[in-house]
Amino acid sequence: MDGAGPDSAHRHAVGEWDTHALEAAVALREAHDDVEVVTVTVGPPSADPVVRAAMAKGADRALRVWDDRLAEVDLFDPQPTARLLAAVVDDLDPTLVLTGARSGPEGFGATGVTLAAVLEYGWATVVTDVSLDRGAGVVSVRCDRDGGRTELVDVELPAVLTVGTGCNEPRHAGLGAVRAAQRAGVPVRSLDDLGLDAADVDSSLTRVETGKRDPDVTLFEGPTEAVAADLIRVLRAHGVEP
Amino acid sequence: MTVLTVAQHREGRLRDVSREAQTAGVALAAATDDLVHTAVLGGDVERFAEGLASDGVDVVHTVAADDPVAHDVAVQALSQLATEVDAQVVLAPGSGTGLDYAPALAARLGWPVVTDAVGLDGADGLSVTRALDGVWTTLAVDEGRAVVTLRPGEWPPAEGTGGAEIRPFAAEIDDAAVRSSVTGLEGAGDGDTALAEADVVVAVGRGIGAEANLDPIFDLAAAIDATVAASGPPVKRGWLPAERQVGHSGVTVAPDVYLAIGISGAAQHLAGMYESDTVVAINSDPTAPIFDVADYGVVGDLFDVVPALVAAVDS
Repeated sequence: MDGAGPDSAHRHAVGEWDTHALEAAVALREAHDDVEVVTVTVGPPSADPVVRAAMAKGADRALRVWDDRLAEVDLFDPQPTARLLAAVVDDLDPTLVLTGARSGPEGFGATGVTLAAVLEYGWATVVTDVSLDRGAGVVSVRCDRDGGRTELVDVELPAVLTVGTGCNEPRHAGLGAVRAAQRAGVPVRSLDDLGLDAADVDSSLTRVETGKRDPDVTLFEGPTEAVAADLIRVLRAHGVEP
Repeated sequence: MTVLTVAQHREGRLRDVSREAQTAGVALAAATDDLVHTAVLGGDVERFAEGLASDGVDVVHTVAADDPVAHDVAVQALSQLATEVDAQVVLAPGSGTGLDYAPALAARLGWPVVTDAVGLDGADGLSVTRALDGVWTTLAVDEGRAVVTLRPGEWPPAEGTGGAEIRPFAAEIDDAAVRSSVTGLEGAGDGDTALAEADVVVAVGRGIGAEANLDPIFDLAAAIDATVAASGPPVKRGWLPAERQVGHSGVTVAPDVYLAIGISGAAQHLAGMYESDTVVAINSDPTAPIFDVADYGVVGDLFDVVPALVAAVDS
């Protein structure tokens, strides 16, 4: 079995959510026989330290997807990223694909579900517990839901799971593992290798404007006692009756 | 442009995001004098539909399904409905539930997806605005069609009861493409705890620094008759119990007044308190994102401001 954990291309460290996805994959390998953990990262050569950090934390091998044609592509749109990852997943043919529930605060939080839809895999989001039954062809998960609820979900294999930060406590890499990762090769897959062309990573979204958002907030300043009196006046005006 | 909004309900109650999406949808469709459709899936859809017949909405489509609705069923039903009404935009709630199906719906329709929108403009093609840490980014949608999830609390809920037609929609569900099933639900009904129903909430975050520093927070809560809550970090460190946590992984609150003290305002936390009527933030970092959602704020040391508030109440 393979567990593929895609990392973000945009940072110089494994993303917070992705560290939980990776930990979930390594925990599955420890709990089951015959599990291989493969990490997949979309990014330029400068992403190799991130790839090696993932290997040091327990991935068996790694792939990096890059192509000079991707340098021009703004990968904020989850769909081109999902199409790249789907091509890798088609090659690896894993049992489970684990991703972070989001890449970061600015992310769309949509890559994992988009990937599942492209692959026509089952999926579950914001997973906090993973119980794999390959014999039955099912992975049973707990998912965080709105309002503090937890859904128990059975998903057919192969499946994509987006992992929440409540799933586990990611381990630290040992010194020996860090050294071994430094020596490991990181194969690179180009668009041609994946059977894709530049049109496959086109985005339908174009950034047209960026600016400061006007925070519509009334700030109280001055001596603490005066500020406190202002705040209490606000609270009373909004129905708080101390 | 023709708009399809998707309602959300939980434990038999429509969530505010349902009518917020209608407000956004009515504004988008009005620019070109097109129709606004709303879909409601699963549970008591007839009763929900009556609550969704807001002013400006043309048709409310009811889709019979299990409650909670499996995301594979939602994707199939909504893609069929969007095609039938020739919607150009689907507006879904930016909740955990919405994020569980919206990206797959977009992929199925062959449209782009944009999540966590705080603004929409349809005057010259479709553009969507997102915001993070006080910086907004506007994205033009080249094809003009998209699935967009809306950040809760950014639009006022649609009001009134208009002349919307209520129409059942018979979705054809391909069971072979339903690849997951919900086998259980935990924590249902917990949304009715004292915290979720509280009129005034005093919430603390990482800025409190240590469990021993909670005393002034409880003093303040006692002084103004508020319920104490927390963002993730104090709960993760064991300073407050998990049932006090407000956010994506905790309780959703909708008080009259929400005091956020030493809370930076991570998206995880904001997801649980957007429905608050008035937000007051106290934080030493003027760039903290909590000030983007706050109505009133104090940039200062909570260990000075909170005792001063207690003193001001007492005086």
